[in-house]
Amino acid sequence: MSNNSQEPRAKANSYLDMELLRFTTAGSVDDGKSTLIGRLLFDSKSIFQDQMDQVAISSERKGLEHTDLALLTDGLKDEREQGITIDVAYRYFATPKRKFIIADTPGHIQYTRNMVTGASTANCALLLVDARKGVIEQTQRHSIIASLLKIPHVIVCINKMDLVDYSEETFEQIKEDYEAFASKLEVKDVRFIPISALNGDNVVNRSENMSWYEGSTLLYTLENIHIGSDYNHIDCRFPVQTVIRPKNDRYHDYRGYAGRIASGVFKPGDEVTVMPSGFSSKIKSIDTYDGELEEAFAPMSVTIQLEDEIDIGRGDMIVRTGNKPQMLQDIEVMLCWLNVKGPKPRAKYILRHTTAEVKTMIQEITYKLDISTLHRNEEDKDVTANDICKVKLRTTKPLLADAYRKNRITGSLILVDEATNETVAAGMIV
Amino acid sequence: MSSYNLTHIKELEAEAIYILREVFAQFENPAILFSGGKDSICVAHLARKAFFPAKIPFPFVHVDTGHNFPETIEFRNNYVEELGVKLIVGSVQKSIDDGAAAEEKGKNASRNAIQTVTLLDTIEEHGFDACIGGARRDEEKARAKERFFSHRDEFGQWDPKNQRPELWNIFNGRCHQGENFRVFPLSNWTEMDVWQYILSENMSLPSLYFAHDRKVIRRSNTWLPVSEFITIADDEEVVTKRIRFRTLGDITITGGDESDADTLEKIVDEVAAARQTERGNREDDKRSETSMEDRKKQGYF
Ligand SMILES: Nc1nc2c(ncn2[C@@H]2O[C@H](COP(=O)(O)OP(=O)(O)O)[C@@H](O)[C@H]2O)c(=O)[nH]1
Repeated sequence: MSNNSQEPRAKANSYLDMELLRFTTAGSVDDGKSTLIGRLLFDSKSIFQDQMDQVAISSERKGLEHTDLALLTDGLKDEREQGITIDVAYRYFATPKRKFIIADTPGHIQYTRNMVTGASTANCALLLVDARKGVIEQTQRHSIIASLLKIPHVIVCINKMDLVDYSEETFEQIKEDYEAFASKLEVKDVRFIPISALNGDNVVNRSENMSWYEGSTLLYTLENIHIGSDYNHIDCRFPVQTVIRPKNDRYHDYRGYAGRIASGVFKPGDEVTVMPSGFSSKIKSIDTYDGELEEAFAPMSVTIQLEDEIDIGRGDMIVRTGNKPQMLQDIEVMLCWLNVKGPKPRAKYILRHTTAEVKTMIQEITYKLDISTLHRNEEDKDVTANDICKVKLRTTKPLLADAYRKNRITGSLILVDEATNETVAAGMIV
Repeated sequence: MSSYNLTHIKELEAEAIYILREVFAQFENPAILFSGGKDSICVAHLARKAFFPAKIPFPFVHVDTGHNFPETIEFRNNYVEELGVKLIVGSVQKSIDDGAAAEEKGKNASRNAIQTVTLLDTIEEHGFDACIGGARRDEEKARAKERFFSHRDEFGQWDPKNQRPELWNIFNGRCHQGENFRVFPLSNWTEMDVWQYILSENMSLPSLYFAHDRKVIRRSNTWLPVSEFITIADDEEVVTKRIRFRTLGDITITGGDESDADTLEKIVDEVAAARQTERGNREDDKRSETSMEDRKKQGYF
């Protein structure tokens, strides 16, 4: 953002009312993902001169004649040596309208875990399709992951249109194929954009080569997708992170519950119930360093005081009395296995869910999901890294949870290996 | 914008506060790495918000290279007093005197690399299990893959291939004895976000960030401040320029930019129009294409 030299000199305050959009990118190797991200960064003037200089030097070293924009997003040394992306990398750019966070995830089959990671916080997924190849298995995998993770918006970028003579027919055919396949999925908002990442057609600037395309450019779409309703503003959930007790003279009796609102809108005076204890009270005030609030909503970080003194700690949840989450101890979960070591039968793990931590056992693996075909495999239940499976978990204490489809925060969990402390699986409550 | 939308700065603030509270809840003995630079001042400001009306529950750790801008130290001392937090200083000079670290030689010698020794020793001496830093992913490409909760082994080293995946807003800070974490609440902020935030919060900063007249020399395409710690070559000319610093590090390696921006508003406009990354003037990052990555693997900030 720091380099809008063609824009009129921006005034400081105009940067203060932008929205934030988080998106993830997925595609097979060589579909042009790095080129596309490089193009977005470059055409939105988010690239600094010294970064550009480095890329020019690297391009030259590689014997390329042009400056390869894909090199802008090359991360670590190992990757540069192998020429592949091995982990999620985060990139940032901004236009006067929005600030963007890109979770750049690699497209190799073995890196499902990275896409799941990137997708977990995304409002939007960019799926790349090579116009010459059309919808392939990788496209289906990525779409299925986007659907499982409930990414609210999907943009299918049909890339390399320059190599198919900018053909409308090719575009329409791919769109049709994709829609036929995606009808089995739960993605609400899918859009299609024909682009050439290499030449910049329809990325930031409208393509002169595809006058038949009447939709928006990619950047315009990213700037204007409505994300206000991506958060759940109905079910009030406030997982308590920690209790604030200043213990000084001025705030002698202060006892505030600090946390980030997972969903819903809270107001002083609201009737609330503290779970799991079940005690009811009213919200006395919603405090922040900048003063008390008249209402607070996701994803704000606030401190809540209640009218009554109740014993509350981390892992408890403050909810509206008339709208409570489920208390689940036998839980059906879609798991994405992240670790090279698969689960052992009836293995025990530490489960983290909102701010709570409990122990859990995998009671049963119901099926393994083939994420190319959606086939449920009930025979082969041998789970390893990058597998997605449905399991039954039993926990030592109930989780205060909602279905993931209703609430991405109170519906998600991770499993941690007790011995290594590694995060081994990510789960979505069914 | 609908009424239930946060601006990007407010959303980043909420995220950082959430992270800081997670650190408090998940670790026994966390500390804030406080350099007196704008990013660590931002972290401190956010920590103040996160635990209000209580005091910040973490001590501040400053790794002191001994090659400081006096303005930074003055600011540090005042700020720590205002917040009422404990300050722990790890001295690079002491690491050198004790023989734990060796001073670099030559014209471009700096104490940047050996800070790592002092940092790791300070962490060990005080038994910190989490050190909160102000690093951002947009600073440098090796940082683009850094986690919010970055796991370090018992030697304080970073293994980029073995980082824990971070999903949703669930952070796994479990660690074994002797291991620790670096935590970066500003991971998703850009330089621009930091400046906007400083402006909108009207935070105070060391005067070095604002345009001022200073004696400098031209070296490696930047204006390097003249100080008792650098050796000026015969062909280098000392001149007075109106400059400001975009980052503050060791005085021997932090170059300034010519600038007239003497207010926060002007700085934000200048940052918006800049054509160089802020680290472009850091001698330490210019050494090789992977210098940041190599330093991070050793245990650097
Ligand atoms: N002709 C053409 N080539 C492209 C386009 N986008 C990317 N490429 C080329 O395809 C190759 C792979 O691109 P890259 O961005 O590295 O793919 P990634 O593996 O998905 O990141 C490179 O040689 C690019 O120059 C495009 O729109 N048209």
